[in-house]
Amino acid sequence: MKPAPFIRHVPKTLDEAVKILAQVAPQDGRVLAGGQSLVPIMAFRLAKPAHLVDINEIDGLDRIASDGTTLSIGACVRHGAFHKSVVGNPLGALLTFVARHIAHYPIRMRGTFCGSLAHADPSSEWCLTAATLDATIVARSTRGERPIPAREFFAGIMSTALAEDELLAEVRLPLLSPDTKFGFNEFSRRAGDFAMSAALVTYRLQGGKIAEARVGVGGAEPFPRRIAQAEAALNGQPPGDKAFRAAAEAAANAVEAMEDHQTSAEYRRDLVRAVVRRALEHSNR
Amino acid sequence: MPEKQKFIGRSVPRLEDRPLLTGQGRFAADVSFPGQWHMRVVRSPVAHGNIISVDAAAALALPGVHAVWTYKDVAHIPRIGFRLTRIEGLTPYQQPVLADGVVRYVGEPVAVVFADDPYLAEDAADLVALDIAPLALAVTEPGVVRKAYGDIEAAFRDAHAVVKVELAVGRHSGVPMETRGAVARYDEARDVLEMHGAAKVPHWNRDQIAKMLGRDINSVQLYEGHVGGGFGIRGELYPEDVLVCAAALKFKRPIKWIEDRREHLISANHSRDQVHRVRAAIDAQGRILGIDDEFFHDNGAYMRTHAATVPDLAAAMLPGPYRVPAYRAAGHIRLTHKTPAGTYRAPGRYESTFVRERLMDAIAAKVGIDTVEVRRRNLIGKSAMPYNLGLETLGTHIVYDSGDYALLLDKALQAAGWHKLQAELKMRRAKGEKVGGGVGMFVEKSGLGPFDTVRIDVKRDGRVEVVTGVASIGQGVETVIAQICADTLGVDYQDINVVHGQTDRIAKGMGAFASRVTVMCGEATRLAAVKLREKALQAAAPLMQTNAGALDIVGGEIVRSGGGPSMTLAALAQQVSEGLSAEDTFEAAHMVYPYGVHVAAVKIDAETGGVTIERYVIAYDIGKAVNPKLVEGQIAGGLAQGIGGALFEEFAYDESGEPLSVTFADYLMPTAREVPDISVLISEDAPSPLNPLGLKGAGEGGANPVGAVIASAIDDALQRPGAVTRLPVTPQRLKALMAGR
Repeated sequence: MKPAPFIRHVPKTLDEAVKILAQVAPQDGRVLAGGQSLVPIMAFRLAKPAHLVDINEIDGLDRIASDGTTLSIGACVRHGAFHKSVVGNPLGALLTFVARHIAHYPIRMRGTFCGSLAHADPSSEWCLTAATLDATIVARSTRGERPIPAREFFAGIMSTALAEDELLAEVRLPLLSPDTKFGFNEFSRRAGDFAMSAALVTYRLQGGKIAEARVGVGGAEPFPRRIAQAEAALNGQPPGDKAFRAAAEAAANAVEAMEDHQTSAEYRRDLVRAVVRRALEHSNR
Repeated sequence: MPEKQKFIGRSVPRLEDRPLLTGQGRFAADVSFPGQWHMRVVRSPVAHGNIISVDAAAALALPGVHAVWTYKDVAHIPRIGFRLTRIEGLTPYQQPVLADGVVRYVGEPVAVVFADDPYLAEDAADLVALDIAPLALAVTEPGVVRKAYGDIEAAFRDAHAVVKVELAVGRHSGVPMETRGAVARYDEARDVLEMHGAAKVPHWNRDQIAKMLGRDINSVQLYEGHVGGGFGIRGELYPEDVLVCAAALKFKRPIKWIEDRREHLISANHSRDQVHRVRAAIDAQGRILGIDDEFFHDNGAYMRTHAATVPDLAAAMLPGPYRVPAYRAAGHIRLTHKTPAGTYRAPGRYESTFVRERLMDAIAAKVGIDTVEVRRRNLIGKSAMPYNLGLETLGTHIVYDSGDYALLLDKALQAAGWHKLQAELKMRRAKGEKVGGGVGMFVEKSGLGPFDTVRIDVKRDGRVEVVTGVASIGQGVETVIAQICADTLGVDYQDINVVHGQTDRIAKGMGAFASRVTVMCGEATRLAAVKLREKALQAAAPLMQTNAGALDIVGGEIVRSGGGPSMTLAALAQQVSEGLSAEDTFEAAHMVYPYGVHVAAVKIDAETGGVTIERYVIAYDIGKAVNPKLVEGQIAGGLAQGIGGALFEEFAYDESGEPLSVTFADYLMPTAREVPDISVLISEDAPSPLNPLGLKGAGEGGANPVGAVIASAIDDALQRPGAVTRLPVTPQRLKALMAGR
């Protein structure tokens, strides 16, 4: 579990970083931010990048900024930055709640929001957040800046729309209307483990009825996505057990659940049903 | 006059903690010698196959890579022998130090690379090209463990009813924080081969390494440093230990090997993995007339040092605390293409307690009595002690030396508030919650002989050195042995230095396993300390112008019983020209048998199949607790491992024999969040009559019945007796069980 040899580049600016990345990308050059996924993969020699472009010494990448409509999260913002609310908007509380479910404390102090998205683990809480809230992912390269909508970003298990010379420079999340309710739930075998299923929901109430429902499911399919059938089951209904169960059932039926040696698709659908219902229950506090 | 202090029975702080807490510990990886080479093992990627070729040319071409060994380089080294429980027919299945033309499990050492640093060694290992022609997976049965007494046919013939169950315990094992590691060097000037990083059984391993490498045993020395956990698996003699020694001799270079976690999970001993088909003949009141058990023990690809130990213990200890008039067990040892297996904390007993206690629950259901009552009706009474079970294991007759099982059951139930708990659980179930309680009982074994020797010296500065042949795998040996020596000799336990795990300090030693150290080494220490005290008093008497009978040793000072002038042990040691020391040996032909009761309450998450342990109570009678806090630590750690096997940990394989649990993301050990608060009741109602202090070992009772108790509690939560038949109860399996799929 010692990594194969690699050369570490330490650019001081984003321009320099993408320039180096463009040069080394054809030799399996990779961007190193928090390293909480990449480094273990290298230790197992499942990845043997010949070059690492270490972006930790670039000024300003740890910036979180809000312009009143959008929250921008820089490439080196750690999960731990969200332990406290970063913006006076329901989005701040949402991110804080979700962040606490990511792995363990030491990992949260090092791993990054943008790195999670670039890594695109199916069970990543931040990928689920980005998919549910329709984030915009900003890719940078020597060719310039390319904004990618979340629904076009995720391509498969640990596979994204990023080109090999592109660096995920920033993620933009839309601020939520002040009356937005949110709920989150995930199931894992142990505290801090990869979620076997996770759900994030948001909606508003109009005249006591659910409106603008968003139901995102992660961990069940190769990448997280919104489940339209579950959202349809909620919109126009009063919040409560009946609507929540209907939405959970719709989500469970809609997912094409992944299977592995120890977990059947059927069981994973059971979990989707559970986490969606519980996320909705959580939203109704 | 100094005050006489007693140390036995007190939770005094551990003597061994200072270096550990200040970062001064010396674990295997901390040992380095100038000019050392690092060894990396090239392991088989396939479960079964013929080795066509091993091409090391590319590896050898890397600068800094010195050698690559394959089977032909070690063909002269015999296979690794058996330390315990040899039975007929197993020898052909011993493991060679490198695969001998056939690979038999994923992870089997095929070649080793020697290089300047561990990174380079791993780079080179990646370049060693293995051409292996896969073979179909096979199952071999090299032997069967059989145990029996009484008329089993008659028991079933005369039975009121027969209860039958089929049960499986998954494959899991001890996963110490410190992975394995070994550093060997050959001192040409003295013609001595040293191996650092030894643990558990340094003397036996020393003798074996000497034999395998054709050396006199006095020219091989093993050194134990700090050890980050043993649990039965660490410290056994493995291929890598022999390889570093052979290479150090060959290359005249220090050779260092430190296992990584992935290697550990596919190459260090696995354990458990048994399927039992058991039936009980019972009378109308649910009393056992006979138990007949046939089981299958998946030992993986080779027979390692433990040979038939685990299935033997499973068969021998299955009857537990109950009266079983007739008994028969047949344990089929099966060789497959998984990592070879060995002992793991409560070996054989975690499995057979699960089987016996599941059987007791099944009997209760059959007769229509509750799970506590069925146990009460079958317990061996206090008046039957000592109780000769009529079976043998580990070369000893099983004779339960002492015990009041019914009393401990009462105490445990009271500590758990069992009746109130039952009422609460029932009320919650009525409201739709899936909650339940379970009870399990067991008899453990400990204090395995045949002997331990201890030498005690009083140094000229008055400090006392106790040299033992046991090992410390983190359990607090230094403290406990010092406490026993301190009380007997009359010194402060902090003035005692306990030496362990050094083959050059004492000729023979049995090491640390089978919960033996406190009992065997403890009593040997007491015996040697009695001798030394007498010697000291005899030597002091003329100097103090009185007779020895009028003297005592208190707080390291020799005092007159009636007061007056005294002299320190240090002063005496300086005046006795031949030195102040004594040696004694404790021999034991029988083991001693602690016993326990666990009570658990669990809650099942009906939507996900997740299980939360809400309550856990352990009562354990160990005769005499030398250091109660350390006993509690043993019990709490054992419980965590027991929970692992009950709910989380499993070495899974796919159809092709590929291991699926090769990282901590897949092999799930319980963390602080999954292990509940625990109430421990240490009881001392039944001191062992086999040693004067009444000691019994405490190492394994925390783990022993956990699978059984959790299973019982889950059954209760589901209100479906006998629902759980397989460990671990993963949420996937429990959800499937609930859905009837």
